[in-house]
Amino acid sequence: MHRTKIRVVEDALDANNTIARANRSDFDRQGVTVVNLMSAPGAGKTSLLERVLSPPLDGLRVGVLEGDVQGSYDADRLASLHVPVTQLNTDPGFGGECHLDANMVRSALPALPLEELDLLVIENVGNLVCPAEFRVGEDARAMVCSVTEGEDKPLKYPLMFRTCELVVVNKTDLLPHLDFDLDRFLYNLDAVNPGVRRMLVSARTGEGTEEFREWLLELSARAQAGAAVSTA
Amino acid sequence: MHELSVATAVLDTALKHAGGRPVSEVGVRVGALRQVVPESLRFYFEIVARESPCEGAGLTLTEVEARLRCRRCGQEWAPQWVQFRCPECAAGDVEVLAGEELLVDYIEVEESQAKEAECIAPR
Repeated sequence: MHRTKIRVVEDALDANNTIARANRSDFDRQGVTVVNLMSAPGAGKTSLLERVLSPPLDGLRVGVLEGDVQGSYDADRLASLHVPVTQLNTDPGFGGECHLDANMVRSALPALPLEELDLLVIENVGNLVCPAEFRVGEDARAMVCSVTEGEDKPLKYPLMFRTCELVVVNKTDLLPHLDFDLDRFLYNLDAVNPGVRRMLVSARTGEGTEEFREWLLELSARAQAGAAVSTA
Repeated sequence: MHELSVATAVLDTALKHAGGRPVSEVGVRVGALRQVVPESLRFYFEIVARESPCEGAGLTLTEVEARLRCRRCGQEWAPQWVQFRCPECAAGDVEVLAGEELLVDYIEVEESQAKEAECIAPR
Protein backbone atom coordinates (compact mmCIF):
# COMPACT_ATOMS: atom_id res chain seq x y z
CA MET A 1 0.00 0.00 0.00
CA HIS A 2 1.36 3.41 -0.86
CA ARG A 3 -0.03 6.86 -1.40
CA THR A 4 -0.14 8.69 -4.70
CA LYS A 5 -0.82 12.38 -5.03
CA ILE A 6 -3.01 13.23 -7.99
CA ARG A 7 -3.14 16.75 -9.34
CA VAL A 8 -6.76 17.73 -9.91
CA VAL A 9 -7.05 21.54 -10.15
CA GLU A 10 -10.76 21.53 -10.84
CA ASP A 11 -13.42 23.97 -9.72
CA ALA A 12 -15.57 22.10 -7.23
CA LEU A 13 -18.62 23.64 -8.89
CA ASP A 14 -17.63 22.43 -12.38
CA ALA A 15 -20.10 19.55 -12.32
CA ASN A 16 -22.92 21.93 -11.45
CA ASN A 17 -21.83 24.48 -14.04
CA THR A 18 -21.72 21.84 -16.77
CA ILE A 19 -25.33 20.87 -16.06
CA ALA A 20 -26.27 24.55 -15.85
CA ARG A 21 -24.91 25.04 -19.38
CA ALA A 22 -26.96 22.07 -20.60
CA ASN A 23 -30.07 23.63 -19.04
CA ARG A 24 -29.23 26.93 -20.63
CA SER A 25 -28.92 25.45 -24.09
CA ASP A 26 -32.28 23.69 -23.65
CA PHE A 27 -33.85 26.99 -22.62
CA ASP A 28 -32.20 28.78 -25.55
CA ARG A 29 -33.41 26.17 -27.99
CA GLN A 30 -36.98 26.77 -26.85
CA GLY A 31 -36.46 30.54 -26.87
CA VAL A 32 -37.12 30.86 -23.14
CA THR A 33 -35.45 33.60 -21.09
CA VAL A 34 -34.76 32.51 -17.52
CA VAL A 35 -34.55 34.57 -14.33
CA ASN A 36 -33.19 33.10 -11.11
CA LEU A 37 -35.01 35.00 -8.38
CA MET A 38 -33.41 34.76 -4.94
CA SER A 39 -33.84 36.24 -1.47
CA ALA A 40 -33.90 35.49 2.23
CA PRO A 41 -37.02 33.69 3.46
CA GLY A 42 -39.94 36.10 3.74
CA ALA A 43 -38.45 38.94 1.69
CA GLY A 44 -41.44 38.80 -0.63
CA LYS A 45 -40.47 36.90 -3.81
CA THR A 46 -43.88 35.28 -4.15
CA SER A 47 -45.75 38.49 -3.27
CA LEU A 48 -43.73 40.35 -5.89
CA LEU A 49 -44.57 37.71 -8.50
CA GLU A 50 -48.24 37.82 -7.54
CA ARG A 51 -48.15 41.55 -8.09
CA VAL A 52 -46.22 41.64 -11.37
CA LEU A 53 -47.61 38.61 -13.22
CA SER A 54 -51.16 39.92 -13.24
CA PRO A 55 -52.35 41.39 -15.54
CA PRO A 56 -50.30 39.38 -18.08
CA LEU A 57 -47.18 41.02 -19.48
CA ASP A 58 -47.54 42.34 -23.02
CA GLY A 59 -46.70 39.59 -25.48
CA LEU A 60 -44.73 37.64 -22.89
CA ARG A 61 -45.85 34.19 -21.82
CA VAL A 62 -44.49 33.65 -18.33
CA GLY A 63 -44.11 30.48 -16.29
CA VAL A 64 -42.79 29.94 -12.79
CA LEU A 65 -40.66 27.15 -11.37
CA GLU A 66 -41.25 27.24 -7.67
CA GLY A 67 -38.41 25.90 -5.51
CA ASP A 68 -39.16 25.02 -1.91
CA VAL A 69 -37.79 22.62 0.64
CA GLN A 70 -41.26 21.15 0.96
CA GLY A 71 -44.91 21.88 0.33
CA SER A 72 -46.58 23.82 -2.48
CA TYR A 73 -47.80 26.88 -0.59
CA ASP A 74 -46.22 29.38 -2.99
CA ALA A 75 -47.25 27.44 -6.09
CA ASP A 76 -50.83 27.38 -4.82
CA ARG A 77 -50.75 31.15 -4.36
CA LEU A 78 -49.49 31.69 -7.90
CA ALA A 79 -51.88 29.20 -9.49
CA SER A 80 -54.74 31.70 -9.26
CA LEU A 81 -52.81 34.01 -11.61
CA HIS A 82 -53.36 31.60 -14.48
CA VAL A 83 -49.67 31.23 -15.27
CA PRO A 84 -48.11 27.75 -15.52
CA VAL A 85 -46.48 26.96 -12.18
CA THR A 86 -44.31 23.92 -11.59
CA GLN A 87 -43.36 22.88 -8.08
CA LEU A 88 -39.87 21.61 -7.33
CA ASN A 89 -39.20 20.32 -3.83
CA THR A 90 -35.70 19.78 -2.57
CA ASP A 91 -36.50 17.57 0.43
CA PRO A 92 -35.34 14.26 -1.10
CA GLY A 93 -31.82 15.68 -0.67
CA PHE A 94 -29.70 15.67 2.46
CA GLY A 95 -32.39 16.78 4.93
CA GLY A 96 -33.87 19.08 2.28
CA GLU A 97 -31.43 21.15 0.22
CA CYS A 98 -31.44 24.83 1.04
CA HIS A 99 -31.04 25.90 -2.61
CA LEU A 100 -31.78 24.79 -6.14
CA ASP A 101 -28.86 23.44 -8.11
CA ALA A 102 -28.57 22.83 -11.84
CA ASN A 103 -29.37 19.14 -11.54
CA MET A 104 -32.59 19.74 -9.61
CA VAL A 105 -33.73 22.21 -12.25
CA ARG A 106 -32.73 19.71 -14.94
CA SER A 107 -34.89 17.07 -13.30
CA ALA A 108 -37.85 19.48 -13.49
CA LEU A 109 -37.42 20.25 -17.21
CA PRO A 110 -39.77 17.48 -18.44
CA ALA A 111 -42.55 18.95 -16.28
CA LEU A 112 -42.08 22.47 -17.68
CA PRO A 113 -44.19 23.58 -20.67
CA LEU A 114 -41.17 25.32 -22.25
CA GLU A 115 -42.63 25.43 -25.76
CA GLU A 116 -45.48 27.57 -24.38
CA LEU A 117 -43.20 30.05 -22.58
CA ASP A 118 -41.12 33.11 -23.37
CA LEU A 119 -39.96 33.72 -19.82
CA LEU A 120 -39.39 31.38 -16.92
CA VAL A 121 -38.96 32.75 -13.42
CA ILE A 122 -37.22 30.30 -11.13
CA GLU A 123 -38.15 31.21 -7.58
CA ASN A 124 -35.25 29.81 -5.59
CA VAL A 125 -35.40 28.51 -2.02
CA GLY A 126 -35.34 31.40 0.47
CA ASN A 127 -31.68 31.66 1.52
CA LEU A 128 -29.03 34.36 1.07
CA VAL A 129 -26.07 31.99 1.00
CA CYS A 130 -26.15 28.75 -0.98
CA PRO A 131 -28.26 29.82 -3.98
CA ALA A 132 -25.50 32.31 -4.84
CA GLU A 133 -23.05 29.43 -5.45
CA PHE A 134 -25.15 27.38 -7.83
CA ARG A 135 -25.95 28.49 -11.36
CA VAL A 136 -29.01 26.76 -12.75
CA GLY A 137 -28.84 27.87 -16.40
CA GLU A 138 -30.35 31.32 -15.98
CA ASP A 139 -29.94 34.40 -18.21
CA ALA A 140 -30.13 36.75 -15.26
CA ARG A 141 -30.01 36.67 -11.49
CA ALA A 142 -32.15 39.00 -9.46
CA MET A 143 -32.80 39.25 -5.76
CA VAL A 144 -35.37 40.69 -3.44
CA CYS A 145 -34.22 42.29 -0.20
CA SER A 146 -36.78 43.76 2.15
CA VAL A 147 -36.36 46.80 4.35
CA THR A 148 -37.12 44.70 7.43
CA GLU A 149 -33.83 42.83 6.98
CA GLY A 150 -31.44 45.58 8.03
CA GLU A 151 -29.05 47.81 6.10
CA ASP A 152 -25.98 45.65 6.73
CA LYS A 153 -27.17 42.67 4.65
CA PRO A 154 -25.06 43.44 1.54
CA LEU A 155 -21.95 43.43 3.75
CA LYS A 156 -22.92 40.17 5.42
CA TYR A 157 -23.87 38.32 2.24
CA PRO A 158 -21.64 39.87 -0.43
CA LEU A 159 -21.60 36.66 -2.48
CA MET A 160 -25.35 36.94 -3.05
CA PHE A 161 -25.45 40.71 -3.55
CA ARG A 162 -22.53 40.61 -5.97
CA THR A 163 -23.93 37.86 -8.14
CA CYS A 164 -27.19 39.66 -9.01
CA GLU A 165 -27.70 42.21 -11.75
CA LEU A 166 -30.84 43.54 -10.10
CA VAL A 167 -31.68 44.13 -6.46
CA VAL A 168 -35.34 44.77 -5.68
CA VAL A 169 -35.81 46.50 -2.33
CA ASN A 170 -39.23 45.41 -1.10
CA LYS A 171 -41.69 46.45 1.63
CA THR A 172 -40.95 50.15 1.22
CA ASP A 173 -44.47 50.85 2.55
CA LEU A 174 -43.07 49.90 5.98
CA LEU A 175 -40.27 52.50 5.91
CA PRO A 176 -42.14 55.07 8.06
CA HIS A 177 -42.43 52.47 10.83
CA LEU A 178 -38.82 51.26 10.82
CA ASP A 179 -35.37 52.49 11.79
CA PHE A 180 -34.08 51.13 8.48
CA ASP A 181 -31.58 53.59 6.99
CA LEU A 182 -32.24 53.33 3.27
CA ASP A 183 -29.30 55.55 2.29
CA ARG A 184 -26.97 53.41 4.38
CA PHE A 185 -28.34 50.26 2.74
CA LEU A 186 -27.85 51.68 -0.75
CA TYR A 187 -24.33 52.79 0.18
CA ASN A 188 -23.49 49.27 1.40
CA LEU A 189 -25.04 47.76 -1.70
CA ASP A 190 -22.93 50.01 -3.88
CA ALA A 191 -19.76 49.05 -1.98
CA VAL A 192 -20.41 45.37 -2.67
CA ASN A 193 -21.80 45.63 -6.19
CA PRO A 194 -20.95 49.07 -7.61
CA GLY A 195 -23.59 50.47 -9.94
CA VAL A 196 -25.93 47.47 -9.65
CA ARG A 197 -29.45 48.19 -10.84
CA ARG A 198 -31.93 48.53 -8.01
CA MET A 199 -35.62 49.18 -7.58
CA LEU A 200 -37.64 50.33 -4.60
CA VAL A 201 -40.98 48.57 -4.47
CA SER A 202 -43.83 47.56 -2.27
CA ALA A 203 -45.38 44.31 -3.41
CA ARG A 204 -48.17 45.04 -0.93
CA THR A 205 -49.26 48.39 -2.34
CA GLY A 206 -47.88 47.83 -5.83
CA GLU A 207 -45.72 50.96 -5.69
CA GLY A 208 -42.70 50.67 -7.97
CA THR A 209 -43.60 47.19 -9.20
CA GLU A 210 -44.33 48.41 -12.72
CA GLU A 211 -40.58 48.93 -13.08
CA PHE A 212 -40.02 45.24 -12.37
CA ARG A 213 -42.53 44.32 -15.08
CA GLU A 214 -40.62 46.55 -17.48
CA TRP A 215 -37.35 44.92 -16.45
CA LEU A 216 -38.76 41.47 -17.28
CA LEU A 217 -39.79 42.74 -20.73
CA GLU A 218 -36.39 44.35 -21.28
CA LEU A 219 -34.60 41.21 -20.18
CA SER A 220 -36.57 39.05 -22.56
CA ALA A 221 -35.89 41.48 -25.42
CA ARG A 222 -32.18 41.51 -24.53
CA ALA A 223 -32.01 37.70 -24.44
CA GLN A 224 -33.82 37.42 -27.79
CA ALA A 225 -31.41 39.95 -29.32
CA GLY A 226 -28.48 37.96 -27.90
CA ALA A 227 -29.89 34.74 -29.37
CA ALA A 228 -30.33 36.41 -32.77
CA VAL A 229 -26.71 37.57 -32.68
CA SER A 230 -25.37 34.15 -31.72
CA THR A 231 -27.28 32.35 -34.48
CA ALA A 232 -26.49 35.00 -37.12
CA MET B 1 -24.21 27.50 6.32
CA HIS B 2 -23.20 27.04 2.67
CA GLU B 3 -20.29 24.88 3.86
CA LEU B 4 -22.52 21.81 3.52
CA SER B 5 -23.12 22.59 -0.16
CA VAL B 6 -19.44 23.34 -0.66
CA ALA B 7 -18.40 20.13 1.13
CA THR B 8 -20.67 18.09 -1.12
CA ALA B 9 -19.25 19.74 -4.25
CA VAL B 10 -15.68 19.10 -3.03
CA LEU B 11 -16.52 15.48 -2.24
CA ASP B 12 -18.07 14.84 -5.66
CA THR B 13 -15.04 16.32 -7.40
CA ALA B 14 -12.60 14.26 -5.30
CA LEU B 15 -14.58 11.04 -5.86
CA LYS B 16 -14.64 11.60 -9.60
CA HIS B 17 -10.84 11.71 -9.71
CA ALA B 18 -10.30 8.92 -7.17
CA GLY B 19 -11.82 6.30 -9.44
CA GLY B 20 -12.91 4.18 -6.49
CA ARG B 21 -9.52 4.20 -4.70
CA PRO B 22 -9.52 5.15 -1.01
CA VAL B 23 -8.65 8.82 -0.56
CA SER B 24 -6.43 9.87 2.35
CA GLU B 25 -6.24 13.60 1.68
CA VAL B 26 -8.03 16.27 -0.33
CA GLY B 27 -6.32 19.60 -0.98
CA VAL B 28 -8.61 22.56 -1.62
CA ARG B 29 -7.82 26.17 -2.46
CA VAL B 30 -10.50 28.56 -1.25
CA GLY B 31 -10.67 32.23 -2.13
CA ALA B 32 -11.36 34.69 0.68
CA LEU B 33 -14.41 36.07 -1.18
CA ARG B 34 -16.05 32.65 -0.92
CA GLN B 35 -16.64 33.23 2.79
CA VAL B 36 -15.96 29.64 3.71
CA VAL B 37 -15.44 28.89 7.40
CA PRO B 38 -12.65 26.26 7.44
CA GLU B 39 -13.78 24.47 10.61
CA SER B 40 -17.32 24.27 9.36
CA LEU B 41 -16.22 22.92 5.97
CA ARG B 42 -14.11 20.22 7.67
CA PHE B 43 -17.03 19.29 9.88
CA TYR B 44 -19.43 18.84 6.97
CA PHE B 45 -16.85 17.14 4.76
CA GLU B 46 -16.30 14.51 7.42
CA ILE B 47 -20.05 13.82 7.47
CA VAL B 48 -20.75 13.77 3.73
CA ALA B 49 -17.66 11.62 3.07
CA ARG B 50 -18.90 8.80 5.29
CA GLU B 51 -19.36 5.47 3.54
CA SER B 52 -17.52 6.75 0.47
CA PRO B 53 -13.88 6.26 -0.61
CA CYS B 54 -13.21 9.65 1.01
CA GLU B 55 -14.30 8.48 4.46
CA GLY B 56 -11.73 9.67 7.01
CA ALA B 57 -9.77 11.69 4.43
CA GLY B 58 -8.06 14.83 5.68
CA LEU B 59 -9.05 18.16 4.19
CA THR B 60 -6.15 20.54 3.61
CA LEU B 61 -7.42 24.06 3.01
CA THR B 62 -5.33 26.85 1.57
CA GLU B 63 -6.88 30.29 1.66
CA VAL B 64 -6.26 32.58 -1.30
CA GLU B 65 -6.25 36.27 -0.48
CA ALA B 66 -8.59 38.50 -2.47
CA ARG B 67 -7.01 40.79 -5.06
CA LEU B 68 -8.94 43.30 -7.11
CA ARG B 69 -7.97 45.52 -10.03
CA CYS B 70 -9.65 48.66 -11.27
CA ARG B 71 -10.41 48.45 -14.98
CA ARG B 72 -10.31 52.25 -15.26
CA CYS B 73 -7.05 53.26 -13.57
CA GLY B 74 -5.33 49.92 -13.17
CA GLN B 75 -4.99 50.19 -9.39
CA GLU B 76 -4.60 46.81 -7.67
CA TRP B 77 -5.50 46.19 -4.05
CA ALA B 78 -6.36 43.60 -1.43
CA PRO B 79 -9.75 44.59 -0.01
CA GLN B 80 -9.79 44.63 3.78
CA TRP B 81 -13.58 44.61 3.85
CA VAL B 82 -16.17 44.11 1.15
CA GLN B 83 -15.34 47.24 -0.80
CA PHE B 84 -15.46 46.73 -4.54
CA ARG B 85 -15.02 50.35 -5.56
CA CYS B 86 -11.53 51.45 -6.51
CA PRO B 87 -9.89 53.17 -3.51
CA GLU B 88 -7.91 55.34 -5.95
CA CYS B 89 -10.46 56.60 -8.49
CA ALA B 90 -13.78 55.30 -7.05
CA ALA B 91 -14.69 53.50 -10.29
CA GLY B 92 -17.02 50.54 -9.90
CA ASP B 93 -15.71 48.55 -12.84
CA VAL B 94 -13.51 46.16 -10.95
CA GLU B 95 -11.97 42.86 -11.88
CA VAL B 96 -11.44 40.08 -9.35
CA LEU B 97 -7.89 38.79 -9.89
CA ALA B 98 -7.99 36.31 -7.03
CA GLY B 99 -10.23 35.35 -4.14
CA GLU B 100 -13.11 33.55 -5.87
CA GLU B 101 -11.41 30.15 -6.07
CA LEU B 102 -13.10 26.98 -4.95
CA LEU B 103 -10.61 24.54 -6.39
CA VAL B 104 -9.93 20.95 -5.61
CA ASP B 105 -6.17 21.18 -6.04
CA TYR B 106 -5.12 17.58 -5.48
CA ILE B 107 -6.14 14.32 -3.91
CA GLU B 108 -3.96 11.68 -2.32
CA VAL B 109 -5.12 8.11 -2.97
CA GLU B 110 -4.03 4.79 -1.55
CA GLU B 111 -2.93 2.23 -4.10
CA SER B 112 -2.84 -1.38 -2.98
CA GLN B 113 0.18 -3.53 -3.96
CA ALA B 114 -2.12 -6.10 -5.53
CA LYS B 115 -3.65 -3.48 -7.76
CA GLU B 116 -0.22 -2.30 -8.84
CA ALA B 117 0.91 -5.82 -9.63
CA GLU B 118 -2.21 -6.24 -11.67
CA CYS B 119 -1.50 -3.05 -13.51
CA ILE B 120 2.03 -3.93 -14.53
CA ALA B 121 1.36 -7.61 -15.22
CA PRO B 122 1.71 -8.41 -18.91
CA ARG B 123 -1.52 -9.44 -20.57
